[in-house]
Amino acid sequence: MSVKHALLGLLSEQPKYGHQLRQEFEEKTGDIWPLNVGQVYTTLQRLERDGLVESDEADSEGPQKRFRITAAGERELAEWLMTPIDLTVPPRDELVIKVLVGLDIPGVDVRRVLQIHRRYIVELMQQWTRLKDDEGQYDFRLALVVDAELFRLDSVIRWLDAVDGRLKRAATEPRAASADIPILRRRLVVRK
Amino acid sequence: MSLLELHQVSKTYGTGPNEVHAVAEIELDVDRGSLIAIMGPSGSGKSTLLTIAGSLEEPTSGEVFIDGDSLQKMSHNDKARLRRRTVGYVFQEFNLLAGLTAVENVSLPLELDGIGARKARSAGMAVLEELGLADRATRYPDELSGGERQRVAIARAVIGGRHLLLADEPSGALDQANGEAVMRLLLSACKKGVAAVVVTHDAQLASWADRVVFLRDGRIVDQTVPPPSAESLLQTEPQP
Repeated sequence: MSVKHALLGLLSEQPKYGHQLRQEFEEKTGDIWPLNVGQVYTTLQRLERDGLVESDEADSEGPQKRFRITAAGERELAEWLMTPIDLTVPPRDELVIKVLVGLDIPGVDVRRVLQIHRRYIVELMQQWTRLKDDEGQYDFRLALVVDAELFRLDSVIRWLDAVDGRLKRAATEPRAASADIPILRRRLVVRK
Repeated sequence: MSLLELHQVSKTYGTGPNEVHAVAEIELDVDRGSLIAIMGPSGSGKSTLLTIAGSLEEPTSGEVFIDGDSLQKMSHNDKARLRRRTVGYVFQEFNLLAGLTAVENVSLPLELDGIGARKARSAGMAVLEELGLADRATRYPDELSGGERQRVAIARAVIGGRHLLLADEPSGALDQANGEAVMRLLLSACKKGVAAVVVTHDAQLASWADRVVFLRDGRIVDQTVPPPSAESLLQTEPQP
């Protein structure tokens, strides 16, 4: 999460005080990502050092300081928005590693490992969905954050289902399964 | 007493080496006011389970109770009456009759149950209004969007105060927003005392349910426990 760029975004509307930035950051991210005051001021100091923001009164302390985005800050913000985030390298996913390790351990029922995770994730998804269900609290920004989290968790469930399907097919067609392994290895080597 | 109870329900097709266990030893209780999702991959027995629960198919063994009455002890006519008055179905393909308007489709179950056309129609209009479809009442299914068709199908399933709703992949072909609208409707029916069972392979839909039951190879392998309040997600401490 880029606190730095989120703060630049908030300052691009108008100059703001540190405590105000913290409050607006939390509001605008649907209250999902709490931010402590220390984090806000540390980030602002770095932004000021790098010439991306400037403060009104250079000598006044902490809460009295009002920050304004500079032209360099505007350019940095625009560039960040338009640059795709880096998705080229697969994340080191603990669940994927767990399943790969589990496959080689004698006596481990990998399908049980999958189901434990499937249930846990669906329970998490039920909690996120309840946030959407509470229409009295409907908040457009919160809905976007909740959707993002639901799609992310859903993709994990789909992967678990795909593993289940592959294990089932591997049990009935052992040759097809062993033929898959060298292909996968080759790809992983390329990634390095 | 739960509205729907399945005890040790099994269904087997074929015999000998061709024997297939579609579902096996299913135990399931669904209370009024609750939405249960049955989640599993294709071929896990989800649809068989639903058709048995709705008395459209007989189990090979085990018992099904709806509102305390055992389906096994009912005559053919009793079951037909139960299906008209108590059970509402929602299918993936909506199954609306193409030659009837939305309101005619919705009021059809009442007419089939012997209620006069005018009375049935006004009940149909009332349900359509409740679901925000009053202005679509005189349209034919092919003049409605996919999302509207499914809402009409839900209206048809709940009309006449039926209190067991069975839905098979109810948002299968719909986009995310329409799928969500369908689940909201099912949930609001539940809040009025309906018991609903939704079968789906889709975790996002299933997560609208109060309880998610996982089906694998015809057997219930696991189910969710009631989640804590959603507020717990919002009370995480700031990251240092």
